[in-house]
Amino acid sequence: MSLLWLPFLPLAGALLVVMAGRLPNLREALSLVTAAVLAALTFSWYPAVTAGETPTVVLFDFLGSAQLAFSLEPLGLLFASVASGLWFVTTLYAAGYMRGNNEAHQTRFFTCFAIAICGAMGVALADNLLTLFLFYELLTLSTYPLVTHKGNAAARRGGRIYLGILLGTSIGLLLPAIVLTWVLTGTMRFEPGGILDGQVSQGMATLLYLMFAFGVGKAALMPFHKWLPAAMVAPTPVSALLHAVAVVKAGVFSILKITVYIFGLDFAAQGDITRPVMWVAAFTLIAASLIALTRDNLKERLAYSTVSQLAYITLGAALATSMSVMGGAMHILMHAFGKITLFFCAGAIYTAAHKTLVSELDGLGRAMPFTFGAFLIASLSIIGLPPLGGSWSKWYLMLGALDAEQAIMMAVFMISSLLNIAYLLPIPARAFLFKPPAGSPIGLREAPLASVVPLCLTATGCFCLFFLPGPLMALLSPWNDS
Amino acid sequence: MTAQLPALQILLPMLASALCVLLRSPAGAWLCFTLATWASFAVSVLLVLATRSGAILSYEMGGWEPPFGIELRIDALNAFVLLIVSGMAAVMAPFARSSVLAEIEQTRVYLFYALVLLCLTGLLGISITGDAFNLFVFLEISSLSSYAIIAMGPNRRALLAAFQYLIMGTVGGTFILIGIGLMYMLTGTLNMADLAERLPAMADSRTEKAALGFIVVGASIKLALFPLHAWLPNAYAYAPSLVSALLAATATKVAAYVLIRFIYTVFLPERAFDGLMLSELMMALAAIAMIAGSVVAIFQHNVKLLLAWSSIAQIGYIVLGAALVTTAGLAATTLHLLNHAVAKGCLFLALGVIVWKTGGARLSDLAGLGRTLPWVGAAFVIGALSLIGVPFTGGFITKWYLLVAVAEQELWLLAGAVVLSSLLSIIYMGRVIETLYFRAPSQGTTRSEPVPVLMLTSVWLLALLNVAIGSYSEPFAAIARTAAGQLLGGTP
Amino acid sequence: MQTFLGLYNFWVVIVLMMIGFYIVIAHDNLVKKIIGLNIFQTAVFILYISAGKIQGGTAPILGEPGAVYSHPLPHVLILTAIVVGVATTALGLALIVRIHEAYGSNEEDDLLVLDRREDSP
Repeated sequence: MSLLWLPFLPLAGALLVVMAGRLPNLREALSLVTAAVLAALTFSWYPAVTAGETPTVVLFDFLGSAQLAFSLEPLGLLFASVASGLWFVTTLYAAGYMRGNNEAHQTRFFTCFAIAICGAMGVALADNLLTLFLFYELLTLSTYPLVTHKGNAAARRGGRIYLGILLGTSIGLLLPAIVLTWVLTGTMRFEPGGILDGQVSQGMATLLYLMFAFGVGKAALMPFHKWLPAAMVAPTPVSALLHAVAVVKAGVFSILKITVYIFGLDFAAQGDITRPVMWVAAFTLIAASLIALTRDNLKERLAYSTVSQLAYITLGAALATSMSVMGGAMHILMHAFGKITLFFCAGAIYTAAHKTLVSELDGLGRAMPFTFGAFLIASLSIIGLPPLGGSWSKWYLMLGALDAEQAIMMAVFMISSLLNIAYLLPIPARAFLFKPPAGSPIGLREAPLASVVPLCLTATGCFCLFFLPGPLMALLSPWNDS
Repeated sequence: MTAQLPALQILLPMLASALCVLLRSPAGAWLCFTLATWASFAVSVLLVLATRSGAILSYEMGGWEPPFGIELRIDALNAFVLLIVSGMAAVMAPFARSSVLAEIEQTRVYLFYALVLLCLTGLLGISITGDAFNLFVFLEISSLSSYAIIAMGPNRRALLAAFQYLIMGTVGGTFILIGIGLMYMLTGTLNMADLAERLPAMADSRTEKAALGFIVVGASIKLALFPLHAWLPNAYAYAPSLVSALLAATATKVAAYVLIRFIYTVFLPERAFDGLMLSELMMALAAIAMIAGSVVAIFQHNVKLLLAWSSIAQIGYIVLGAALVTTAGLAATTLHLLNHAVAKGCLFLALGVIVWKTGGARLSDLAGLGRTLPWVGAAFVIGALSLIGVPFTGGFITKWYLLVAVAEQELWLLAGAVVLSSLLSIIYMGRVIETLYFRAPSQGTTRSEPVPVLMLTSVWLLALLNVAIGSYSEPFAAIARTAAGQLLGGTP
Repeated sequence: MQTFLGLYNFWVVIVLMMIGFYIVIAHDNLVKKIIGLNIFQTAVFILYISAGKIQGGTAPILGEPGAVYSHPLPHVLILTAIVVGVATTALGLALIVRIHEAYGSNEEDDLLVLDRREDSP
């Protein structure tokens, strides 16, 4: 099967969804089938990529000698698998959620969703900076209608911040950075070992790294993080897949890819090229955790938690050791499973009990044991406790900090883990241990099955990932050697 | 047959214009207009095919040998501009039918079409001629007819806008005339290629510098380059919808062509840019235009005015590329002629449909229309994205080439200005799009009948063209590079 | 002194041009603007005609061979420009008539006040 199916299958899916717009059952079935096929196709590339191959497809010359081209390397396969695999789960969840809450414009919703996945796959498979940029913007634009789905004043305000920051940073910083790279080196390809080494001065490289790190607004480095909480006006499946997985991970994935294949780890580790970004990421990491502590709105708290977790990955990239980058890459996967579960839970709580504030959740765990059980597992995974997936990525990130001889960054990781405990664990604790307010109905009141099954699946995923680091290591090791 | 193509390019719209007057009926005039623009588009396509590899066509008007007779001379740049002008007119022809009927008095419709065709004749003539004085004559033909068709706008302000344009335009045209006269005094010839050969002998004379100065200022007035832009916003805003779209897509492009042609072909860049600091001046003005135009656009309540101010900013991009004196810069400029024409044409046409539906172009008239007219709203969004320079639209292609061209010269401040102007365009286009989709529809009177298919066809042709160029721009980029090479390689 | 007097027609051109330009810019009355524009254009006509003039030359009519005659091309060119000028004037005056019908005034500052008043409510 050609590599081209990966980015363009979701586009075909979007077309099918539009055509089946009048038949909701067929529409959702088509979405699900497309997602399942896409995930299967993506996984089918695993053996080849693990064996060290880099399949490449060149579409055509896009701008002069700059090509529109795709290639699949280990990092990209990891991100593509996460995006496509969780798309399937989210589609299942979204079908239940959208019907359960009687949302309008469902066809538009599923269409934009599929186009957004096309953007995410394009980012994952980009063979050069230009292709990455094209699909990065496609992802931004296709998610705007999803963020503003409700069409009210709050949605418009959220959408304005969302589009303003994401388009502003990408056109204002990322595009100039790409142009600069092109002018300075004459190439935009992601090459093992990087393309900048020996072509630019240290000062220029430092500036470029800053432009890339801030230009990728989706990575939500402070002060460009505001769009993430603003995007929480979207329906929960959008928050779950896009703002916990596809969009934000496209951001940090881009930073990882640029660090590894444009700068090259050896070059990036020289001098102080990544130092400024490292400090910004460390600040974001702590500051976002502290803000999350103060938020009572559940989705907003999760959003700030995402900002903080993304900074882990950016920090991993900025440490520029093979261990830290490996930890960052793993964190894409681990955090994706954890955070999507948390958002699914938030949506299930909203669907079943119409609660959005943390302070309203007292005692709700007795009515929704599955939901809050999953919430607890996912929280522990994000905190990084064994036997859950999140412990691996944190382990490698810390090893990376040690390799880079950055004791302060070790401390930052540790403090932040403590803060994770402080803002995540009180939620299931309140739900299970506190007494429900007087007069609330007794008995099991879970959300519809289509919502509960996906969140149990992803919570199980968090658990399984702890025992299955082998395939992941096998995937990341060939790249790790180079 | 093919030998006569250059003459047909001008003659077709000119004769059709006379035919419109004879036909008198609105439907007949429209049909005549449509057929003439399509035929002239076909001619320009053939001309592009003939010249894109770098060949130069020369046509002796009336059989008089140049440099004594008038020569029509077509190289890659000419052919490209001809393609833009005739192509835009051809695409907008279906749109014209209902829009003109709604905005122009029944009894004057045929005269209106005759004038639009005359204006096209002028614009095509400017682009195709190789004779400096002939260029002036065509310039005045297009200007005079455009003053008249602007004045036919539905609001009485159109009259004053047309008058102000007439004053500025005539001053600009006369400046060009003075410049041509001075060059003639120096060399005794009016043929551009001949001028280019003879002028170097007069390299250091003050007359030559004065001639260049007059022509640059004159062309800049026609081009509405900041700070000579005062006529443009009102003229575009109060003209009939078709005229706004057509002039925004073609007239300033042709004026930019005049500027480039005189600087690069007649005066030769090495002499034109030495001494007068012309390059630096043009860059500075372009940067100011990009930012000032966008900032003013943010504060407009009339969407037509907003688009007009955005045009002033976009003209900045066009001039910036031309001022760099590099192949990359000129190629970016040439491409932006096309991409801006397609994007602005799409926006003005989509707005024209809205004017047809609601009778106004103020932001409040647009409220909620994205829901009631989904196709028009979507086309407007595509045009807006292209203007901002989002990937997969034409605007991104030019922005990329322009940024690369500026970065190659290490002009970081200018690169910053380009980026800042794009960011500002997000704000002003974002305002319109939010109004289209998020504001509740106003209670004003709107037409009940559905939007005519012909109107939508034009709008969507342009919208799709935006995406097509954004996805695969190589054929056009190749022409732009050939044109830039020819311009820098000396005489065409 | 010689250059000053010898090229006096060019000085006339410059003076006329500036007078015309000043009227276009400084006067609010639209008719006066058109008149200013005419003076401005006339200056250019004289510029062209001066360029073709040869001292002691006759009209360029085919006659005895070897006679000195003025260069005819600038005259022909400027004939075209004069036609353009007349057309511009006619169009400008027609516009002024229409403006007067629509606004009841042909003073530019009055018109701008009327436009602004329309905007404010």
